[in-house]
Amino acid sequence: MYDIKGYYDAETVSEATALLAENPNLKIIAGGTDVLIKMHGGQLEDAELLSLRKIKSLEKIDLADDGTIVIGAMATFSMVFHNTILKDLIPILTEAAISMGGPQIRNIATIGGNVCNGATSADSASSLFALNAQLKLESKNGERVVPIREFYLGPGKVAINPGEILTEVRIAPEDYKGFAGHYIKFAMREAMDIATLGVAVVCKVQGGSFEEVRIGLGVAGPTPLRCLEAEEYAKGKKISSDTLAEIGKLAVKSTKARTSWRASKEYREHLVEELTQRALKTAVVSAGGAEVV
Amino acid sequence: MAYTVVGKSVRRVDAVAKVTGKAKYTDDFSERNMLVGKILHSPYAHALVKSIDVSKAKALPGVEAVLTYKDLPDIRYATAIPGIIEAIATDDVTVAELKYGTAGHPYSLEENHRDKEDRNILTRKARFVGDNIAAVVAVDDLTASKALKLIEVEYEELEVLTSTDAALKEGAPLIHDDCEGNILSSHGYEIGNLEEALQESDHVIEGEYETSIVQHCHLENQVSHAYVDSDRRIVIMTSTQIPHIVRRIVAQSLGISWGRVRVIKPYIGGGFGNKQDVCIEPLNAAMSLAVGGRPVRLELSREEAMIDTRTRHAFKFKIRTGINNDGKINGIHISAVSNTGAYASHGHSIASSGGGKFRYLYPTKALKYDPITVYTNLPVAGAMRGYGTPQIFFAFESHIEDIAKKLNLDPIEIRKKNVVKEGHVDPLSKNTIRSCSIRECIDKGRELIKWDAKKALYKNQTGDIRRGLGMACFSYASGTYPVALELAGARIVMNQDGSVQLQLGATEIGQGSDTVFAQMVSEVLGIPMYMVHVISTQDTDITPFDTGSYASRQTYVSGMAVEKAALEVKKKVLAFASSMTDIPAHLLDLKEQSVVFKDSGEKVLGLEVVAMQSYYDRVNAEPITSDVSNNARINAIPFGVTFTEVEVDMKTGKIKILEIYNVHDSGKIVNPLLAEGQVHGGVSMAIGYALSEQLLFDEKTGKPLNNNLLDYKLPTIMDTPDIGAAFVEKEDPTGPFGVKSLGEPPIVSPAPAIRNAVLDATEVAFNRIPMNPQRVFEKFKEKGLI
Repeated sequence: MYDIKGYYDAETVSEATALLAENPNLKIIAGGTDVLIKMHGGQLEDAELLSLRKIKSLEKIDLADDGTIVIGAMATFSMVFHNTILKDLIPILTEAAISMGGPQIRNIATIGGNVCNGATSADSASSLFALNAQLKLESKNGERVVPIREFYLGPGKVAINPGEILTEVRIAPEDYKGFAGHYIKFAMREAMDIATLGVAVVCKVQGGSFEEVRIGLGVAGPTPLRCLEAEEYAKGKKISSDTLAEIGKLAVKSTKARTSWRASKEYREHLVEELTQRALKTAVVSAGGAEVV
Repeated sequence: MAYTVVGKSVRRVDAVAKVTGKAKYTDDFSERNMLVGKILHSPYAHALVKSIDVSKAKALPGVEAVLTYKDLPDIRYATAIPGIIEAIATDDVTVAELKYGTAGHPYSLEENHRDKEDRNILTRKARFVGDNIAAVVAVDDLTASKALKLIEVEYEELEVLTSTDAALKEGAPLIHDDCEGNILSSHGYEIGNLEEALQESDHVIEGEYETSIVQHCHLENQVSHAYVDSDRRIVIMTSTQIPHIVRRIVAQSLGISWGRVRVIKPYIGGGFGNKQDVCIEPLNAAMSLAVGGRPVRLELSREEAMIDTRTRHAFKFKIRTGINNDGKINGIHISAVSNTGAYASHGHSIASSGGGKFRYLYPTKALKYDPITVYTNLPVAGAMRGYGTPQIFFAFESHIEDIAKKLNLDPIEIRKKNVVKEGHVDPLSKNTIRSCSIRECIDKGRELIKWDAKKALYKNQTGDIRRGLGMACFSYASGTYPVALELAGARIVMNQDGSVQLQLGATEIGQGSDTVFAQMVSEVLGIPMYMVHVISTQDTDITPFDTGSYASRQTYVSGMAVEKAALEVKKKVLAFASSMTDIPAHLLDLKEQSVVFKDSGEKVLGLEVVAMQSYYDRVNAEPITSDVSNNARINAIPFGVTFTEVEVDMKTGKIKILEIYNVHDSGKIVNPLLAEGQVHGGVSMAIGYALSEQLLFDEKTGKPLNNNLLDYKLPTIMDTPDIGAAFVEKEDPTGPFGVKSLGEPPIVSPAPAIRNAVLDATEVAFNRIPMNPQRVFEKFKEKGLI
């Protein structure tokens, strides 16, 4: 039995933002796979919930005329995984989607909820970081777009203002066109698990060299993060096992791993170094480069 | 022997009921206006309750009662609960002070053979994080939860002992005042002269091994409801393996006469030994009494069940083995420290039983076993599938592998050289090995995994991904004889059409016992399976007495009672048929729903004709029934082996099982499909034990860190490889239809086999489980491999 004081559901975004403007105490519930767990754990009491589940327009996944990929915030992980646009253009996101939870969870958990929950372990986050995703937030007074790197503020903390709803996750054409990528979820189990480390890489390869590399990591710090120093280093470098080894080392520099009972800092850093290289090796081949041995 | 139904993979008798949702579990039953009970757990691992203020909780609308150790309803006095239950005891001990044991063992008439009585329904001294301090009864779940938060408890914190080392230290505080040194027991055994045997040996090899605390994680958490019926008795419906024992322990915990309690057990969603214990029923009964006998449901959440029921004992072993150059073991010395947590529960029985079942595999001239069982401020360890054997076999089967490596002996040959032979009589239990196919099991496993070819292939690996092979053996027992009473009951009633009802004291807990019992009855009476109606619900008012499902005893021990009951019915049917036909009964048999001539098979009478006559014959009517009890003063020893192939990621420390086979000598297999399922379940539990599962606690405070199914790494089906199950079927002369046990055995040997395969792949010996990636990383780092 959950401690629910009130429950509202909106059928349109404007209805939702209006309700939210009226009552700033409303807690938004999307799929509920995080909110209900918080209630079960007693972290959320006397909840007044605003459900977005009836807003069907937010489930859409589209390719805009300018090539921008637009993912409605209420698209479930199953929808993301099965969507052919995403599978073709940004498979590192669909790979991340299928790595999440189990079938039942994926059928109800939404990508918007995953992002707004603010967890460093969010399965979509490392891929969205590597893809430079932009988040569209709407409120009664208008809308704004925030790069995902500025959205995550700390564990469980995101840059959403009172009255705002995340409506879209957008990926610009220049951020994915010509890139190939790879995603590795390293967890203790093959399903139903939280990542020990999430590694998403995309790269553009030109004549045996990296033209561009972007590395997104989950659970390597209090928020998902990018490995800017490694990315900068990779630019224009000839693709070789030495280059990859150096990228792996530099990637660790961007992390803020800590020791917990789940894994030690030393082990997490070792995984960052190793798995970044492994992910890049696969991505290079997908991008048309030669296999690195 | 040729059987018609025994040995066939007939469909489970409860398959349709379970698949269609018709099977009812405890939570599916409801009483009118049922109230909800909840427990206030201690946040401290070791603390005295200085004061409890329940006034705010009591004042919350919807709260019907708040219970603490001070005000447990004492139903032994007429004044306590007027009109509900009259006085039946007059001693001076209040219910709050009454101590009881919770282990699901048969009662013993000998006082020194009983379990330690160290538990109160609610305590004034918290001994682990999660201990039961107070309880509320309210109109609904949410109100009960809110009331818990309003109970104000003042604690005086005591030194917390989270390890056996800390608990054993000189001057450590006592967890139980009457238990010196926090040692529950240190009873072991010695056979032969150990020192002499070691001196005679070419080598004496030592090793240290360690296992972790794990939890059963049965799908259905502990749940029950209790009320006082119109006969003024306490009725408890509960998810248990041991209804008759629950009846006794609830009565003991309340200080009332045993007949005052009635326990009903419907379908249950798994137990694995955790429901061979009495965890919530005494408190549930007290909750009902506190509200005048109204029905109260008590259901644990997963988070509660993982710390406030039972766990598997963690063990530390030191082993010394004397062995000759040719691989013959002369003597073994095993020292073991077992962590039993805050209360005794099954306590030292776990260490004793592990040491007892181990003895059958490798008989040696000398064997010394020195176990101690230690109280700590951790959750209570109790019975869990394997009951001490997964621990001791992990240690010894790792140890013998290390010995083989050290002496450059073949790991398979060293085992074959030392395993027991038929005819061996165990010097302590006096149980005789009457059937033993361990050698055949080893040969079969070796073949299934293609041991020799792969061994050659995996020599001298150097890459990041390496493969290896490992194996391990085990021995077990069928029931507990001669340690405890092995009594089982069965009752058969024949209907007018020749079909029967079968009533059992043994509980179906998912393992399939109802089905194999029905197969036995079907076999003896010559009737098809659909004519055997198994009454799956146990009700202590109605059900024949049987101590329950545990110790892998059902097919063997309860099977004896079922066979006996069926034979008695058969005898009565044939006698009745004889009286109807004047054909001597000894010339008759039962086959295909008919009375037939034994020699020719020629039909004499339809079974339904005899059954009808037995009900309605004006002169001789006497419906055919049997109601038997069987005291199995015998045991049969099952054996088996695991062979596995693993792949180790040398960089990330991940271990993947590529193939795994369990080959069992469990005598005759009554239902091969069910047997295979039993093996799959046991092996998958063992994979978690070897690679990922461990309940973790903060070392300083004893607080649980991962008592939920996200953070406790129970393997999912995605982590479970295809599991191969094979059997070497040799009928044991003592078992009904030649059976030996199979319930627990599959979990015993996979963990050491996996460990040995990792050793084979990496040259690194892991002497502590689980071998999770963090640990593997640390060890590889230590060895300079990373």
